[in-house]
Amino acid sequence: MLDFISHIDLAFMVEAGPLYALAAKRTVFLAGAGIFLSLVIGLVSSLIRFYRVPVLKTLVGAYIELARNTPLMIQLFFLYYGLPRVGVRLDGVTCGIIGLAFLGGGYMAEAFRSGLEAVSRVQIEAGLSIGLKRTQLVRYVLMPQAFAVAVPAVAANTIFLMKETSVFSIVALADLVYVFKDLIKEGHSNENIYLLMIFYLIIILPVSLFFGYWERRMRRAGFSA
Amino acid sequence: MLDSALSLFLQGRNFARLMEGLWVTLEISAVSVLLSMVLGILVGLMMISRNPWVRTPPRFYLEFIRVIPILVLLYLFYYFPARNWDLNLDAKVVAVLVFTLWGAAEMADLVRGALTSMPVHQRESGRAVGLTEVQINRYIIIPQAVRRLIPGVINLTTRMIKTTPFIFFINVPELTKVGQQIVEVAGMRNYLASFWVYGFIFFLYFIICYPISLFSLYLEKKWSN
Repeated sequence: MLDFISHIDLAFMVEAGPLYALAAKRTVFLAGAGIFLSLVIGLVSSLIRFYRVPVLKTLVGAYIELARNTPLMIQLFFLYYGLPRVGVRLDGVTCGIIGLAFLGGGYMAEAFRSGLEAVSRVQIEAGLSIGLKRTQLVRYVLMPQAFAVAVPAVAANTIFLMKETSVFSIVALADLVYVFKDLIKEGHSNENIYLLMIFYLIIILPVSLFFGYWERRMRRAGFSA
Repeated sequence: MLDSALSLFLQGRNFARLMEGLWVTLEISAVSVLLSMVLGILVGLMMISRNPWVRTPPRFYLEFIRVIPILVLLYLFYYFPARNWDLNLDAKVVAVLVFTLWGAAEMADLVRGALTSMPVHQRESGRAVGLTEVQINRYIIIPQAVRRLIPGVINLTTRMIKTTPFIFFINVPELTKVGQQIVEVAGMRNYLASFWVYGFIFFLYFIICYPISLFSLYLEKKWSN
């Protein structure tokens, strides 16, 4: 029953470790780029909706619903295998980052929207009455307060997006799962499973702990609801 | 261009097979959501227990499930029991098992949230007018908790549906896998096959998840007085 504990092939794990480490590094890079872009897209989208910019707000609304109601894997399949057939060719890295940013942008937009809605109208009116410009209002009044409220949702989205990168091997990206699928063909399924879990823990757990710490700080400072 | 789509979907059993794939997707989601609800309510009640020995294990369980990508859990349950205990689980069973473990964790957190956010005066008022504890739970606490819970449960359902493509990796013939098989066969003759098939699957996910999301939003608005 518990044989698997005493039968760990440590030599294999030491040998395969660097392959996983390299893949983890790549995963972190792709996730970082995708999450950064999704924050930018989310921020811009939420501001467009908040200020009810004509035409754009409808487009952004449609985008958010599309992104939030379809799976990343299908978005990637379509980007990587579907689009080249109508003349749009993207390599795996580009597809991965675009896919993650497309998906994440929708989620981040919703997170920021709830933050912006939490800022009371009085704050905006007060800002305008002391003569702040619109850009100043956004930068010094709206954003700091909205962001504080949005932190828990942004944190949850970030972790979610990091986990979603696990499907990147379908667009031929050599991520952790790709290395796992490659190595497990030769056996050592236990050790490969351990390595896969360990490396995901190494990249996701610190982020999760960091956000937990940050949220507690925000709460203590009385910034969030 | 459109005739290539028509010939693709009308050819042989292509359309019927996609619908069968969709059925597998929905079946696994539905079973997993139902099991998650039952298990999640139990774990959620454990989480609000006053006894730390009861309260703490579910917390670790939730944190673990939240940090590990679902794809990794699928691989874990797909390979590990087979390798170590000669227990070859059917891939569909693995899918339901993993989605239930994940769904139950999320559900438990929803239950915990719904119950802990209930103001204390609700229970106290019940006592003041002379209701028994059973009556308080039956007529005051549970109806309100259920209202807080339902939008979250519906949300979990769409998340479950959007996570099903992951079981492509353990070769369950769900929508995405069927789509890939069709593309492989038809792709040689029909240049646009991948564009249409993946585009269609993208559209299918959207028309299933979007109405469910809208319904959840509607209930949330209706019940948040």
